Order: sequence, then C-alpha cells, then structure tokens
Amino acid sequence: MRNALRRFGRTHEARLLLVTVALMIFLSFATKNFFTIQNALDLLTSYAFPGMMAAGLVVVLVAGGLDISFTAVASIAQYLAVLAANHYGIGWLGLFGIALAVGTALGLLNALLVTGLRIASIIVTIAMLNVYYGLLMFVTGGDTINSLPDWFANGLSWVVAFDSHQNPYILNMQMIGLVLAFIMTWLLLNRTSVGRQLRALGGNPEAAKRVGFNVLRLNMVAYGYMGFMAGLASLVQAQVAQTVMPNALVGRELDVLAAVVLGGASLFGGVGTVLGTILGLALLAILQNGLILLGVASFWTECFTGIVFLVAVSTIAWERRRQRLAIRRVIGTAA
Amino acid sequence: MPKFLEMTGISKQFGGVRALSDVDLDIAAGEVHCLAGENGSGKSTLIKIISGVQPPEPGGRIMIDGHEVSGLTPAESIRRGIQVIYQDLSLFPNLTVAENIAVERHHGLHAVNWSAIRDTAQAAMQRVGVSIDPQSFVADLSIAQRQLVAICRAIANDARLVIMDEPTASLTRHEVDALLALTLELKRRGVAVVFVSHRLDEVLEIAERVTVLRNGEKKGTFEARDMTDRRLVELMTGKSFNYELSETDLSAAPVVLAVRNLSRAGDYDDISFEVKAGEILGITGRLGSGRTELALSLFGMSPPDHGEIRIKDRPLQLSSNREAIANGIAYVSEDRLSLGLIMEQPISSNIALPVLERLRGPFGLVQAGRWRETVRRWIADLGIKVSDPENPVRTLSGGNQQRVVLAKWLATEPSLLILDSPTVGVDIGAKDGIYQIVRDLAASGLAVIMISDEIPEVLYHADRILIMQEGRIAGEYLPHQVTEAALRQAVDA
Ligand SMILES: Nc1ncnc2c1ncn2[C@@H]1O[C@H](COP(=O)(O)OP(=O)(O)OP(=O)(O)O)[C@@H](O)[C@H]1O
Ligand SMILES: [Mg+2]
Repeated sequence: MRNALRRFGRTHEARLLLVTVALMIFLSFATKNFFTIQNALDLLTSYAFPGMMAAGLVVVLVAGGLDISFTAVASIAQYLAVLAANHYGIGWLGLFGIALAVGTALGLLNALLVTGLRIASIIVTIAMLNVYYGLLMFVTGGDTINSLPDWFANGLSWVVAFDSHQNPYILNMQMIGLVLAFIMTWLLLNRTSVGRQLRALGGNPEAAKRVGFNVLRLNMVAYGYMGFMAGLASLVQAQVAQTVMPNALVGRELDVLAAVVLGGASLFGGVGTVLGTILGLALLAILQNGLILLGVASFWTECFTGIVFLVAVSTIAWERRRQRLAIRRVIGTAA
Repeated sequence: MPKFLEMTGISKQFGGVRALSDVDLDIAAGEVHCLAGENGSGKSTLIKIISGVQPPEPGGRIMIDGHEVSGLTPAESIRRGIQVIYQDLSLFPNLTVAENIAVERHHGLHAVNWSAIRDTAQAAMQRVGVSIDPQSFVADLSIAQRQLVAICRAIANDARLVIMDEPTASLTRHEVDALLALTLELKRRGVAVVFVSHRLDEVLEIAERVTVLRNGEKKGTFEARDMTDRRLVELMTGKSFNYELSETDLSAAPVVLAVRNLSRAGDYDDISFEVKAGEILGITGRLGSGRTELALSLFGMSPPDHGEIRIKDRPLQLSSNREAIANGIAYVSEDRLSLGLIMEQPISSNIALPVLERLRGPFGLVQAGRWRETVRRWIADLGIKVSDPENPVRTLSGGNQQRVVLAKWLATEPSLLILDSPTVGVDIGAKDGIYQIVRDLAASGLAVIMISDEIPEVLYHADRILIMQEGRIAGEYLPHQVTEAALRQAVDA
C-alpha cells in the first residue's frame, strides 16, 4: 500500500492532482461562487461533452493514433438521430441507436483509412474532418434543427436534494453520460485483453505485429470506440443546447485534445490513463470557470488555456527527456 | 535426432536488394545452432521468415515437425513453439514486466486475468532463474534486464525453438556468460536455440552446428567442433584477416587533446593524458571503470568537477554537446539504436542533417548537389550497403546502421573522434572496414580515442593503450611492448 502510494507520488497524475487542488483552494478563497455544489454541478453538465470525447480520444492516443475528426462525426450523428426522431416516432432507444451506429460507423471508416493508407493518422483524420463536415453542410444547407421532440428536450433528470434557498440539486443525463464514459474507457483500457493490446500497439507497433496482434482490428476498436463516444456525447450535447446546429461542434477538437494531453497522454502513443484524462479535463474546466468567476474577459480565457496547455506539454516533454537520460545512464554503465 | 524445423529454397528480395537466395536450413530438436554471416548477409531476414513476419518468395517450403506449413503468420509461428528474441528485443516499454512476459495472455477478446499474468510471469522467471519486479515498467530496465524479460517471454510461451538475434551485442562479458549458461539450460530442456552473433568465440563455444550465410547465399552448415575462427571468417567474408601491431611515429605531431587532472565525483578521478593528431588512443577497462563517463565529459554531456580540457592548446569549458561539436569533437556512442539515428528518416537525412549548415549556398538555401555529394561520398567511403539512400534507416541491417552513425559524425569533420565500442554488433569483415576507416582517418591527421571492451581491438588498432580502473588510469602501454595476456591481466587486476 505504502509502496503503491509512493509509486503514485512519482506519476504525472499526482502532480496534476496537486495543481488542480491548489487551483481549487485558490479559487475557493478568491471567488464567492466557486466552492459551491451548484457550480460543481454546472461544470459537470457543461463539460460532459468534451469529457466524453476525451474519454474516447485517450483510447486512440494510447493505441498510438490520433483522431481529429470526432467533432464532425458527432455533428453528423446528432443531426441524423434528431432528424429521425422528429420524423418517425422512435423513442430513446432508437435515438441513441442511430447516433451510436452512425458514430461507430464513421469511426470504423477512419480506422480503415488510417490502417489501409499507412498515412499518419493526424493527416487522415484532419482530411476526414473536412470531408464529414463538408458533406454535412452540403446536405443540410447549414440548417439548424430548432424543435426537438418534447421528451428529448425535457431530458432525463432527477432532483436529488435542495439547498438552503430551496434551489434543486439536479442529477441529469449529462453527468450520467460523463461518468459512464469514463467507466467504460477505464474498463476497456485496464480490464480487457483488447485494451492491453491497444496499449501494446501504441508502445511498440513493430513488436505488436510480431507477437501477432491484428493491427487493423485494433485500430477498428480504437477509432470505432472514439466514434461511439462521439455519437453518445453528441446527444448529450444536443440535449443541453436544445438545438442541433451542424456547425456547433466543429472547432472544439483542440479543447478536447488539450484536456487529454494535459492528462499525460502522449502524442507518440502508448501513454495515457483515465485518471489523468479526468484530471486534465478537471484542470481545464476549473481554470476556464475560475477565470470567468474572477471576471476576466472571455478572450483571455482562451489565451490562458493555450498557455496552460503549452506549459503542460513542455513539462511532460521535459520529464520524458529526464527519464530517457536516466535510462541512457543505466545503459551506459551496463555496456 | 528428429528435425524440428526444415526449410528449403527460401528466397527474399527487398526492392533491388537480394536478401536471401535459395537458402536451406534445418534445426534438430534441442540443438544449439548458430547463424553466422557478415552484416547484411540475410540472417535477420531468414529469422523473420521463420517467425512468419515476412513471407518467403514462392517456391520456399517450411516444415515444422515434419508437416509443411504454408502462409505462416506470426501467431501461427508462435503457436508452433517458435519464439524470436529480436535484435531490438521487441518489448513493450509502456507495459509491465509481467505483461511483457505473459503477453500471449492478452491475445483474443476477454477480460484481463491479472493474477494469471502474474503467475505466468513468475513461473517463467523462476524457470530462467531471474528476479525482476514484475510490476515495474520495461522502460525503466537496463538492456541486460530487458533481454532477460525477452527470454522469459519466450519461455513462458513453451518455446520449442528460441531464436536470438545478436543477443550479446550490448551485454557485458559477465552477462554474456550468464546468457550462454541459460542457453545450455534451454537445450537441456529440449528447446532448440538458434543464435546469431558476431563474437565468433562465443559462437563456437556453445553451438553444435554453424550455418554460414554470405550475401544472402548459404555457404554451408558445419559441425562447430571442426570449425576454427579463421575458417569461419574466411567462409563469411571470402577473405582472411591478419592484424599487425601498429607503430606510427608521432613525435612531431601536434597535441590535439590534453586533459589535466580531470575529476568527477563518483565517476573518475585525476585523469591526465594527451592525444596527438594522427594518434589512436585505446582506452579499455572493466564495466564501471569510468571510461564511458570520461568520454561523456569530453563530449560536454556531463561536466567535470575539476581539471582542465584543452583542445589544440585552447582551454575548453564544455557545457553542452553542441559546443563540443562546434569545437571539433565527435562522439560515436556505444548504443547505436537509441542515440544518434532517426530510424524512420531516410539514410541520406541521417547523414547530412548534422552538417546542414555547411551545405548552404547563396541565400542560405541548402544546395541539393552538395547534399547528394556529401551523402554519396560517405556511403562510398564507409562501404554502407544501401539500395537507395532515400530508404529509411530502419531498412538497413544492424551493422550498416552502425556505419551510418559513423558517417554522420565524420561528416562534421571533427579534429577529435571519440569512438565508444565502435564495433559492437558488427561482423568481422565490417569490423575490419571500420578499423581501416579509423586508421585512414588517423593518418589524415584526426586524433582518435577508441574505447573498447575487447582487448585485441585496442591492442591491434591503437597506437597507445590506457587502462582504467575504478575511475583512475591504472596503466599506459605501447602495443609492441605488451602482450594480450598481460593486458587482460592488467584490466582484471
Ligand atoms: N524492410 C527492408 N527493406 C529493404 N531492404 C531490407 C529490408 N530488410 C532488410 N533489407 C536488406 O536486406 C539485406 C539483409 O538484411 P538483414 O537484416 O537480414 O542482414 P543481417 O544478416 O541481419 O545483418 P546484421 O548482422 O547487420 O544485422 C540487407 O542488405 C538489408 O539492407
Ligand atoms: Mg541482423
């Protein structure tokens, strides 16, 4: 136990936790509203969408790939699903069924292209982002769907308690979706053989082939899962927004990528954890929220996010370099 | 003895390179078999075919246990009990030791059984007789430990044939002995072992039969008992080698490097020596004697605590390797794979990038002609066997990669060249090529420091030999005034 703690103390996650907690303490004193249950619930609701996307993206990064197209995938999934729900009497099951199927299918297409073309995944998926998005804009003419079915617009939520002013504390489908997404990713990465194969593939692709792992199948799992999450997250987002705009999501890729990389996932593959991703997301959310509560003008928020991202990436790079040097020293004395 | 593996008519072509032509090979159950051949003779390619990573060309036949197998895949090969420990070990640095050993348990679609993984790993480590924390990550292990993990992985898979591609290249003598003992232990358990190595003495020590490849062709399979070093070298290269002690008159040559009372706590202590232009200074000593640390200090990678380094009579305070390079110092490190080469990049860029500055013409633009000329010259000078300089370095055989590292450094036109174990993993013919190159470089006025584990290497190819012991210089010898045995004794004293 003590050993495990010590091991944890040296990880990126531990440092991230420290920074997050420090920031939380600072904001609790510096602002009136930060340290309230209501604020926490609001944050959970509004960060459910990037959070669920991050839960999908970390799997792709762990497998040594990169997916940029997920916002376009989500846009298509939500548009088709809500369109169908408006025209045919499909219920919750049908709605989610369509969104998940569309998301997963587009993810699988990404996997086929990345594996088949043998071109860097970032390039393939940037191209696919534009293809998907362009097609969506072309087919829909950019039209917004303003009326959602009533049952969907009302959403799923439960009042669980009241604060001293009788304002309700609400548990909603966004929070459930977010928690579910992280649990699923954790199970996939840590409790299934496929998850371990994904990590192995990201760590040493050549060796993965040599021990006989099926790279195409693994990529289909990784990108398919990302697409699946995009489908799930798209509905969660549509429910909050109460409209479906074909251009509402594209452009938010980098926020998600920032959270995942902040969480310690490596763009070179093989590295990344669910805990790290959660912390990365939390840090980003708290930071952006804190700046708003402190009354800082909103364009500063983006600038700040960028700076934090840069600092995070460089500390990670620096850590890695130190580790590599240490290894090199070991090798040096061994030979 | 029954044959475990029989292969006939195996050929393989990569682009314009004929890696294998019509090769036969058979391995008996429980046999220790050695594959010998120069760099690029096709040893690794043959192994990749046995393990199903590369398909042979049509016409090749592979029989395992007397049954012909066609369309061998890596998974199928493993299922049949064939395990390969590759030159690069093929481990997963981001997974734990236990997972790496029991990686077969990750196959398929099921929940991970962590306790079974731990048990498998423990059992394999016990059988091999090693103890490494199964929960540590492979990225944190030394090369020797990683090798043990790779061997444990083979054992965990109930291997009937373990193939080791240059397993000893980055091990110390002590670790090599342990590995050879392990090989015999595997044999005792009825596991066949195929061994690829460039250290001929160890090959002949443990192998029963030796198969020699030259330029992708099989020269024959021989009983190791009837084989000598000399004959093996002739079979591999078609040439014979006789080394002579070197004696160069350096009395008039200017001093290039002078080191005075150099110390670094814990690494080396009170080191003084000089190297003249045209001189090859050999430094040898046991593991941990401080030779590599000294070299790193000379190259600006770890600053000394005390003492003075002078290059061409100018005092030098090196705080980075860039400065060292700018001052005409080049350092070819011992582990070629993790330092120095960008595997996915073309051979040409690997050679030319460090000297980009010098290839600039008007407007600061790189001149394609000078670029090509530089690349062509070093490929020719070092005899690097390439089909196309634009191929990634990854496609070169191990020994040829080594030469690319050398080319890269020589392109910086240094005045002091530090070579750390320059011929590890290099075949005898190529070794000779490298010695020849080093001598030519010295003859053209370069000062060379050659650090080596192998006593004959410094004895036959250096003008002067320093022996390091526990961070100090324990002796200085001239090659024609000392014998190999005396040197060995001095090192081990
Ligand atoms: N993927 C590839 N693409 C192109 N050429 C290749 C490829 N793999 C190997 N070769 C070429 O095939 C030849 C045989 O290479 P191989 O790696 O089998 O040699 P080797 O005997 O293992 O040498 P070494 O002792 O240096 O490791 C070399 O000329 C090499 O450049
Ligand atoms: Mg090889």
